[in-house]
Amino acid sequence: MKEILFRSSIVFAALALFELAAPALHAAPAPNCLECHSDKGGPQFKGSIHGSMACTDCHTDIKAFPHPDQVAKVNCSTCHAAAVSKLNQSVHAHSSAQPCLSCHGDAHEILPATDPKSAVYALNIPRTCGNCHGDKKFAAQHNITEVYSQYMDSIHGFALSRDGLLVAATCAACHGSHEIRKHTDPASRVYRGNVADTCGSCHSGIEAVYQKGIHGQLVKAGDTSAPVCSDCHTAHQISNVQSTAWQVKTTATCGGCHTEEMATYRDTFHSQVSALGYQQVARCWDCHGEHDILPASDPNSKISDANLVATCGRCHAGANASFVTYQPHADPHDGRRFPLLHASAIFMNLLLAGVIGFFLLHALLWLLRSRGEAGHERRTL
Amino acid sequence: MTTPTATQTPEVRYYHRFTLGQRYLHGIIIITFLGLALTGLPLRFSGAAWSVALARAVGGFGAIIFFHKLNALIMTVAFAAHVINILYRAIVRKQWGLLWGPDSLVPSLKDFKDLFAHLRWFLWLGKKPQFERYAYWDRVDYWAVFWGMGIIGFSGYAMWFAPFFARFMPGSWLNIALLIHGEEALLAVSFIFTIHYFNTHLRPQNFPMDLTIFTGRQTEQEWIEKHPEEYARLKSEGKLEELRAKQPERWLNNFGRVVGTIAFLLGFAMLYLTVVSFIKEF
Repeated sequence: MKEILFRSSIVFAALALFELAAPALHAAPAPNCLECHSDKGGPQFKGSIHGSMACTDCHTDIKAFPHPDQVAKVNCSTCHAAAVSKLNQSVHAHSSAQPCLSCHGDAHEILPATDPKSAVYALNIPRTCGNCHGDKKFAAQHNITEVYSQYMDSIHGFALSRDGLLVAATCAACHGSHEIRKHTDPASRVYRGNVADTCGSCHSGIEAVYQKGIHGQLVKAGDTSAPVCSDCHTAHQISNVQSTAWQVKTTATCGGCHTEEMATYRDTFHSQVSALGYQQVARCWDCHGEHDILPASDPNSKISDANLVATCGRCHAGANASFVTYQPHADPHDGRRFPLLHASAIFMNLLLAGVIGFFLLHALLWLLRSRGEAGHERRTL
Repeated sequence: MTTPTATQTPEVRYYHRFTLGQRYLHGIIIITFLGLALTGLPLRFSGAAWSVALARAVGGFGAIIFFHKLNALIMTVAFAAHVINILYRAIVRKQWGLLWGPDSLVPSLKDFKDLFAHLRWFLWLGKKPQFERYAYWDRVDYWAVFWGMGIIGFSGYAMWFAPFFARFMPGSWLNIALLIHGEEALLAVSFIFTIHYFNTHLRPQNFPMDLTIFTGRQTEQEWIEKHPEEYARLKSEGKLEELRAKQPERWLNNFGRVVGTIAFLLGFAMLYLTVVSFIKEF
């Protein structure tokens, strides 16, 4: 009997002690949690942005010890409502992994974005995004372009990785962070209609010029088929505009819409030279301007009557009013607009066909007759 | 010819046909014409893969246009020297025969008669015409090149010094300059590499090539066969012996064969590329 009494008093005392200690579980990272979860409360957690918080501030479903084996997923939106709401409308909403942690890293070690060790610190963003988007298999699975390496080799990527510039465009600078949307979504920062504004958030001066040009005006008016920054400069690799490869490719880009002008340009010396990979030759933008392209009827246009001598004169020293009557897009087939050129083309074709045709026939007949020539013998050389 | 005839003499007699100056001129034209064609065709067919490859091989467009202009300058100097020489000999030294007559390259009524007779002979309708020093196709060759140099040369220099030329002519003529420069060049290339090659070298009577332009000399037999009227004229004037020549040296014959073979190979390669690329344009 004495024995039973003693044992039950120990149990009672233990229960009483536990009940007394229970409130402390809600107050601070109690040593109780860390007794089991010693790996979660170390200096890494103390130093994190959430270091002053209690375990149960996030793990809100844990009310008592022992807690169930299965605890609920932490809901970040309790505090970060705005960010999570944006995330839920983004392309990452249905991400199978915990979407917050994919970018922000280990939940117990999250650092402020301004901390150079943070996964979302500007200089670390490409690597963080690249965890998924640098994976070829991942890109193939999601049917998206493998953009990580293109970005890293771009002027933006170099500015960031090599020069450590915080102002260099990161993934988030263009795509946004929580609110990343598909480029086909009109609310996306990389939707065609919004690209100029997005790039212009850094390249403000160029954007102002672009918006005044015919292409900027068309896009502003809602014509998204007009070219935006990325059509010429590309989105991720931001090709070097000094490179011959880019200049040849982009000439064709202009020609993708301006097919007739491209065909007539092909007939000119400018094109013949540029096709052979010579850089110092007039390509579309050398005459029409780059960002400030305007129709010839506009007095501010580089190819307006008033500006043509200066524009041609940039390459052709000594260009005068007569010189600029040269037609950089002449079409020899168009007899109405270019009668003299058209007539010359017909004459040259007739001459070519006539001379070659007559003499080929002449040669053929001569050959046949010589073969039939009596007593003909092959001359020895 | 190996056929023994009654009049055959034991030795083969050689006679001068072209002067050293004419042979040099032809040599310079061969080199510069091939050079201009090799560097011009890649521009005319700049979209073709072989053009880009060729341009890269010689160091890009900069190198191509440099060699094009260099060859053009050399050809221009040769052309100018030739014209000045002809005019000097004709006017100052009163050799009017250079401007008119059988020794000149100026066409005469006989050329048209010869052409007509030759065509009749082709069709077994008449006798083979008796040619003088220059047959009508020789004169066509000469004037084709002459006309070509004028047209291509003028349009070329107009484009080279475009702002300067624009002081004297409308800039829109520069469009025409490029057009005729390219088309006339195609005519020249296709003419030289087919018609000239056949008429002068590849036809059965001369096959595979006529070395006369390299050695400057022809045999009496060749002379009688090819230019019977000239032979008869000089014989009656008693001038045959003035033109007697030594047998061409072996090295000279071989030199001609090598140069001729290279010109053939380059010409046929360019002709092939030109024809293929020209057809692709349609």
